[in-house]
Amino acid sequence: MPRLRARRYCLLPGGSGMFEYCADPKSLEGLVWLSCYLTSGTHLMMYWSVLTVLLLLALAAPSALLFGFGGALMARSPNPVTRTFGKGYISMVRGVPDVVFFLFVPLAVDQGLEYLNHKIRCPDWTEPVRRGVDFVVCPAAKIPQSSSAAFVHDAYSFALALLAFALVFGAFAANTLHGAMSAVPKAQVETAEAYGMNRAQAFRRVILPQMWVFALPGLSNLWMILIKATPLLFLLGIKDIVYWARELGGSKTSVYAYAHPDWRVWYFLGLLVFYLVLTAISEKVFARLQRRLSTGQATASGEALRRAAA
Amino acid sequence: MKKIALTLGVLALSVTSAFAQQTVRMGTEGAYPPYNMINDKGEVDGFERELGDELCKRAELTCTWVSTDWDSIIPNLTAGNYDTILAGMSITDERKAVLNFSQAYFPPAASAYAALGAEADLNGVIAAQTGTIQASHVATTGATLLEFATPDETVAAVRNGEAEAALADKDFLAPIVNESNGGLVWVGEDIPLGEGIGIGFRKSDDELKAKFDAAIDTMKADGSLNVLIQKWFGDEANTF
Repeated sequence: MPRLRARRYCLLPGGSGMFEYCADPKSLEGLVWLSCYLTSGTHLMMYWSVLTVLLLLALAAPSALLFGFGGALMARSPNPVTRTFGKGYISMVRGVPDVVFFLFVPLAVDQGLEYLNHKIRCPDWTEPVRRGVDFVVCPAAKIPQSSSAAFVHDAYSFALALLAFALVFGAFAANTLHGAMSAVPKAQVETAEAYGMNRAQAFRRVILPQMWVFALPGLSNLWMILIKATPLLFLLGIKDIVYWARELGGSKTSVYAYAHPDWRVWYFLGLLVFYLVLTAISEKVFARLQRRLSTGQATASGEALRRAAA
Repeated sequence: MKKIALTLGVLALSVTSAFAQQTVRMGTEGAYPPYNMINDKGEVDGFERELGDELCKRAELTCTWVSTDWDSIIPNLTAGNYDTILAGMSITDERKAVLNFSQAYFPPAASAYAALGAEADLNGVIAAQTGTIQASHVATTGATLLEFATPDETVAAVRNGEAEAALADKDFLAPIVNESNGGLVWVGEDIPLGEGIGIGFRKSDDELKAKFDAAIDTMKADGSLNVLIQKWFGDEANTF
């Protein structure tokens, strides 16, 4: 059996599209021009940046949930110190504008890590790290190293952005989850205790499986807000789809291989469709999840499901 | 005497080797053609890319390019995310308070107003990019300043009637006005602003500044800088 050979596209020099006829973009017209234009190097980067956004969502949602779960557990802890810490985290992050955290966390974490690294790697460095407005650590302490490849720098800023997202959305998730944990009927927990379960067992066997149906409306809100907050990546210097839409949509003179007037409206229209599709799919998924979680619950929607089945 | 020469030689050698391993990260905006732009391959391109690469070659440095928003271009430098700014940044006293500039690699350039028609009111709403010498200038003329994050948006604002005119470096506006088929025209006199364009460094980074200053010297001396300026800005461009 003949082996399937992967189809190969070659990116031609000159910044043209992926097809061979794109070698000289200025001589092209109509759909041919468009096919080359839409496959130019920068456009391929824009298509990649869609994956950046999806990757952020895929990673930020579970990490925010983790932060939220931790925060909620701390907030209901019997230990006053842990409880204060949990409640402090929730009210502080929820009370400060998101943008402030998105700007503060990556900067603070980055400089904090570099400062620590500087202390470890360059103990005999005598000059101060802060000189006027400059923040200068020894070259060996730079994170990532100046000589690192561009994608390492990108991955690092992405990780910092992810941390900021997890921290901010975690606080909201913590509040939602805390409420959901308290919403599980107290009588059930008391019954569990009467059966001889301790606090942890009652939490694991009774509260944990049932709390999600109470948390879901709040969490689905958060997810929607998270989707809409992804353009903040652009604020953090990560080239996401909003950056590319603005950059590629702006008018281009003949200095560029593909000159065109101001096309931002088309690019932003594309963004609009992208985000709408994403949120529409999410709504469908959440509706299903809600149905599944309600099954057998002592809630109105659980009761409705029971009646429908009968 | 011999010993001094030897010590100096060793010193020079150790300094170069320390820098040879070190990659210099060059920050630019990538949205101000022909000074700097992101070309269709997604790379930094333009006059400053070519100039910067040549300077790095002459100074025997390894350089990589980073593009960033104009808004945060200075804070990112002082925070150490990159080491130089080559972004059509004019040397001004305000910027000198936070940055060190190399000697000018581009002579003081004229700024100009572009508008839809010659009757545009230069005391009306004028669009300029945030944090530029043009924005500061508009603020002094008594006109209403309308600021935008990118230079391209200032032109778009004129085209859709949001602003009477846009004020920017004439070299940036020239290709746009020339290719507008009469849609945009020059209004008023050219205004000389700034002390020329230089490379921005952290205040604490004198060593790197010295290297680039020396490299610019050699390019001025052998005329290659003028050749490069004329290549990107046309034969009538101001040269050294």
